[in-house]
Amino acid sequence: MRIAEAWRVALDALSANRLRSMLTMLGVIIGVAAVVVLVAIGTGAKREVEQQVEGLGSNLLIVVPGRIDFGAAPAVSRLSLADVEAVNRIVGDPQRVAVTVTSGETVRAGTRSAFTTVQGVLETTPQVFVRDLDRGAYLTASDVDTSRRVAVLGATVATTLFGDREPVGQQVAIAGVRFRVVGVFAPLGQSLGVDRDDEVHIPVTAAHRLYGTQRIDGIAVKAPDREKISELGNRIVAELSRRHPDTEFSAVTQEQILGVLGDILGVLTGVLAAIAGISLLVGGVGVSNIMLVSVRERTREIGLRKAVGARPRDIAIQFLLEAVLLTVLGGVLGMALGVGAAWLISALSPVPAAVTWWSLALSFGVSAVVGIIFGVVPAQRAGRLDPVIALRAE
Amino acid sequence: MSRREAEPAPGGVRGGRPGVAVDAVDLGRTYDLGGTSVAALRGVSLTIAAGDYVAVVGPSGSGKSTLMHLLGGLDRPTSGRLAIGGRDVATLDAGELATLRNETIGFVFQSFHLLPRTSAVDNVALPLVYRGIGGRRRRTMAAAMLGRVGLGHRLDHRPNQLSGGEQQRVAIARALVTDPVLLLADEPTGNLDSVTGESVLGLLEDLNASSGVALVLVTHDREVAARARRQIVMRDGVVVPPADDPDTPTVVPAARGGPEIVDPAPSAEPRRASGSDSGHPFGGSGGATGATERRGEIPAAGKRCGGSIGAGPGGGS
Ligand SMILES: Nc1ncnc2c1ncn2[C@@H]1O[C@H](COP(=O)(O)OP(=O)(O)O)[C@@H](O)[C@H]1O
Ligand SMILES: [Mg+2]
Repeated sequence: MRIAEAWRVALDALSANRLRSMLTMLGVIIGVAAVVVLVAIGTGAKREVEQQVEGLGSNLLIVVPGRIDFGAAPAVSRLSLADVEAVNRIVGDPQRVAVTVTSGETVRAGTRSAFTTVQGVLETTPQVFVRDLDRGAYLTASDVDTSRRVAVLGATVATTLFGDREPVGQQVAIAGVRFRVVGVFAPLGQSLGVDRDDEVHIPVTAAHRLYGTQRIDGIAVKAPDREKISELGNRIVAELSRRHPDTEFSAVTQEQILGVLGDILGVLTGVLAAIAGISLLVGGVGVSNIMLVSVRERTREIGLRKAVGARPRDIAIQFLLEAVLLTVLGGVLGMALGVGAAWLISALSPVPAAVTWWSLALSFGVSAVVGIIFGVVPAQRAGRLDPVIALRAE
Repeated sequence: MSRREAEPAPGGVRGGRPGVAVDAVDLGRTYDLGGTSVAALRGVSLTIAAGDYVAVVGPSGSGKSTLMHLLGGLDRPTSGRLAIGGRDVATLDAGELATLRNETIGFVFQSFHLLPRTSAVDNVALPLVYRGIGGRRRRTMAAAMLGRVGLGHRLDHRPNQLSGGEQQRVAIARALVTDPVLLLADEPTGNLDSVTGESVLGLLEDLNASSGVALVLVTHDREVAARARRQIVMRDGVVVPPADDPDTPTVVPAARGGPEIVDPAPSAEPRRASGSDSGHPFGGSGGATGATERRGEIPAAGKRCGGSIGAGPGGGS
């Protein structure tokens, strides 16, 4: 039998039983769609995190206590402003050094309030990180030096507290202490469902008073040039370790952060893809099951075909093609469904979903292979049927 | 192995001994049913000549269908030798046997066995699919064959849009579209009323006469069987010599003395003597005489069965 003929016969058989073919394909459709969507979500998340980290600015070095590693527990910071001075001396330019001490606080304005992240920072923050203002001005050196109670609001906080009113010049109460709003950040938007505009910056010195601590959670350095960035990191870590012999410090670059995050998200994506792959496998078992039913149902047809000269191979190929057709068709529909679902997810939810070509190619290939693997047993069974017994079947 | 009835028929046979469609020697077919074994055929020897017309009669369960399956290469004997179109089936694998069926054999079944949801012309074209013939030529050939069975106006009808007689004609067209050497029809009129059945039989006989395809017809109808050039009577898995056949009022004692004949009497005698064999209600009539016009042929079959009959019904019943 010619192969084109075999395809036609397989297609005829499937369309003769359209509902069952659709239901069988459903398993594959869902499996493939799941692979495409989950990989798209994983990839989208990774891409967004990468953009975000790159958006922090170039040649950035972040120094934190403890170790930055997959699975490492966050360490309690012993850093203080004195350590920042030491780092300043190593870097040689205080304008390139930023710090943060972070706390979650309730911020009020009149009757409105917002629970938000309040960061104690230096006036250097906009130079070190890329951070634009929408209105007003950022904190100044004198604000930091004099522990002035002034605040710059993230866009979300500004809207929550003041609505359409102008926040600059207004008073807010942070943890019950009055601060004057001097500026509002330009909105950054959401990433991975986290609102990046939900924060307030105040001078680090004012934050220390507010929180009753001298702690610095982390230091960020904008390195003068890319080549020396890791050497600079090593020197800073060495100095801080000398000052705090019992604490471990880490200096990481954007590339390293990207690497770690990439690893995490890569594993995540892999796990998601594996789960989706299992559903694809289940779909394949469904195909196998239906093909066995189909072989039994069409036993007389098989017997007749053999009587008129179909070889075992002809029959086996016919049923194998049917299985492959089911899974490949299901694969194509699943890809379409997956792409559509990914588009809907990224349009309607904060979860970014980026469909990748490799996930499409992979799921298509896997579904075809699944068809072959799960079609072989029923096809062989059909091919080996004894024609006399098959003709007698009811 | 030469046999008087095996005159070369018009057209001859592709391959093998000229003029012989199927040659079976001492065929046995035993079914294994988990421990017990059922012998459906117990040593049947016969030759079907090209263009022959042979009727197979016998009670239900006597092995007629089993024999047809073997002769058509749909099944394999568990003992004996079988050559279809000159090719020993024991030397062929399943694929080669399928190809041999496609090239040599046409089957017509009692229950038609047409593919539902498939038009008459596509049903007829089915064997050509496995010959690798392209769609257009297949359709032309199938349509021409449907024309020959009188269904040229029903090409695109589905089986459920056709009467029983028409469906069987489609099946006959399918059996013959490959121009086979041997047409095996197992009770082809069993599902038809007598008038329709008669016209289907007429068609088979016409095709046998006109195309030279050998016809082996299983039937219950003695009158129908009598129209064949030769009759094979089966009982309990063996071919019964005519003298032993209670329903055939024809015995050929004249032939018994013939040089080729081995007298089946030794095996038949004890059965008559027992008188309890329900298959022989007229056991005593064995002595009746009367030649048929085919007397020369029937004993020939008897000769071949002679050896096995002794071990067959005699010991098995
Ligand atoms: N597949 C099978 N398994 C077991 N016994 C079978 C099988 N096919 C046929 N037989 C037995 O073989 C004998 C002959 O059957 P069959 O050739 O169909 O007879 P007929 O066609 O003359 O009625 C019967 O006794 C039947 O029960
Ligand atoms: Mg039968």
